[in-house]
Amino acid sequence: MWLFDKDLWSEIFHTLGKNMFRTFLTMLGVIFAMLILVLLLGSANGMSNGFDKVFAGTASNSLFVWGQSTSEPYKGFERGRNIRYKLEDAEILKKQIPEIEVLAPRIELGSHRDVTTVYRKGQTSGSTVYGDFPEIDNITKKRLVEGRFLNNNDMEDSKKVCVIGEETYKLLFEKGENAIGEDIRINGVFFSVVGIYKPNNNINIDGENAVFIPFTTFQKAFNSGDRMGWMAIAVRPDTKVAVVENQIKTILKTKYDIHPDDERAIGTFDMSEIFNNISAFTNVLKGFSFFVGIFTLLAGVIAISNILLITVKERTKEIGVRRALGATPKVVKRQIVVEAIILTAFAGLIGFAISVGILAILNNLWGSGDDFPFVNPMVSIPQFGISFLLMVSLSILIGLLPANKAIKVRPIEALREE
Amino acid sequence: MIEIKDLHKSYKMGSNSLHVLKGINFKADAGELVAIMGSSGSGKSTLLNILGMLDGADSGEYTLDGVPIKDLSETKAAQYRNKFLGFVFQSFNLINYKSALENVALPLYYQGVPRRERQEKALHYLEKVGLKEWATHLPSELSGGQKQRVAIARAMAAEPKVLLADEPTGALDSTTSYEVMDLIQKINDEGNTILVVTHEEDIAHMCKRIVHLKDGVIVEDKKVKQVRADQYV
Repeated sequence: MWLFDKDLWSEIFHTLGKNMFRTFLTMLGVIFAMLILVLLLGSANGMSNGFDKVFAGTASNSLFVWGQSTSEPYKGFERGRNIRYKLEDAEILKKQIPEIEVLAPRIELGSHRDVTTVYRKGQTSGSTVYGDFPEIDNITKKRLVEGRFLNNNDMEDSKKVCVIGEETYKLLFEKGENAIGEDIRINGVFFSVVGIYKPNNNINIDGENAVFIPFTTFQKAFNSGDRMGWMAIAVRPDTKVAVVENQIKTILKTKYDIHPDDERAIGTFDMSEIFNNISAFTNVLKGFSFFVGIFTLLAGVIAISNILLITVKERTKEIGVRRALGATPKVVKRQIVVEAIILTAFAGLIGFAISVGILAILNNLWGSGDDFPFVNPMVSIPQFGISFLLMVSLSILIGLLPANKAIKVRPIEALREE
Repeated sequence: MIEIKDLHKSYKMGSNSLHVLKGINFKADAGELVAIMGSSGSGKSTLLNILGMLDGADSGEYTLDGVPIKDLSETKAAQYRNKFLGFVFQSFNLINYKSALENVALPLYYQGVPRRERQEKALHYLEKVGLKEWATHLPSELSGGQKQRVAIARAMAAEPKVLLADEPTGALDSTTSYEVMDLIQKINDEGNTILVVTHEEDIAHMCKRIVHLKDGVIVEDKKVKQVRADQYV
């Protein structure tokens, strides 16, 4: 196998090493091309990862449903009627729409984003108070700093426990003070802190200054009966959120006597739309990077072909001698094509190494920050594989140019050249 | 060994056609040492190029060791050259970044001889031309005569049927020329067929037969008494 022919390789390194400076200059084009390609792709990946991090913990195929006021009169009801859901709606929806994976009802103290004063040993915080099902954690994951989130035991026994936000903790406790097991007071009822969470960087639905208590506890402590504020719903991965959204609206409209054309009465928010927009954006970014990178690479490889053409011209006589001694056109061609491949591959690897280094530095600078969506900017192995493969196949194609030129020269003409 | 019949060759120079070889008939047996003489433009280099399969004839027959040489593809020609012919050029044509040993081993490389065997053979032929100690030197570190001896070793290494030498002494002073001719004579003594193109009388008379070319035809073909080169060395 010629690939393992030591002589072929020594020939190639001889010829390339003979003119180090020129070889280096030739490679520079490909080095830069690879640099640009990997930096662009890596940055696009970093951005994509950064967005992923921002939304980590939020189920992408999720939907939020709340009640607003009607905009159309219907069945004897006037417009402007406020829609208030009941807890039973959750069960009805779950039963009628099998595509719903998780449905977490929620209730808030007061109206939406209302602030309730929370007391503890003379310190107070104005926080939003939520009554939640533990399932909510499957839709918007809480980053717990300490303790645990609400669980089913808390629900069943209507335990007076709560999970508080870091902001609330700062307002109610001294710095470094232990909060787990401590009591806080809301509307005259004491709750024991079981967990502290940190804001998630994600789309902030709950606010940072908030207290979560079990839904059942909420019902008893604040006498909310079967009222329900809103629902967080996760849809099966194979189902479109919009489809489920429509089904939910239809069911709720019938149940609450809302005009079928009333668009305002039921408030919904489709989380998947945001995710789709962002992934479309990052995909376009990646595609563009690839496009630009590949064409830069093409330019680099053409530069190599150019230099090889000059080299072939210079080596006309040598090639003539080789052919007089019995080198077949195939052998001559192969050597030049392999030279092109070696140059390109080596330059590509150098460019790759440099750009990976730069990406690592960028990652150190920005990767850990929360404010800039730029995490782990790296090219994936398939991305690298494809660009490398493409580069090498380009170099083969373009190496054939000087190779064909080399064998076109008849040995006699080559030898005559002085 | 070599037989050519009614060989014609012309070159196109713009609209004009230059008839260089006008019907050459020539035969050389195994073990002959033939000098092909002629002034420049007589067609001797063209003849040698055709004999060396570096160039094709327009018409005529060429048989080398019983094999008809006609309409060869480049690949076939390269293989035949490698198998049948050894070349010695006026300007040596060594590959300047390869050591003497590597240069000698090159035809063997194209024959597909394994590396170790190649090295041994190449060294053997270098020893034969008296340059064993110079094996690792680059051509730039050798004198003209040494370079030509390396070239002869290279031509011999593939054990060809015929050695073709195109003005082998053309770039050398007379003393060195005689050394090279001495070497060629010794190789011929071993039974190798050698064709030498030259325009120097004294070099021609060191061969066993002189063929005179003039204006594309053979005007004289005579056997001569060989002058041994070693008496001048």
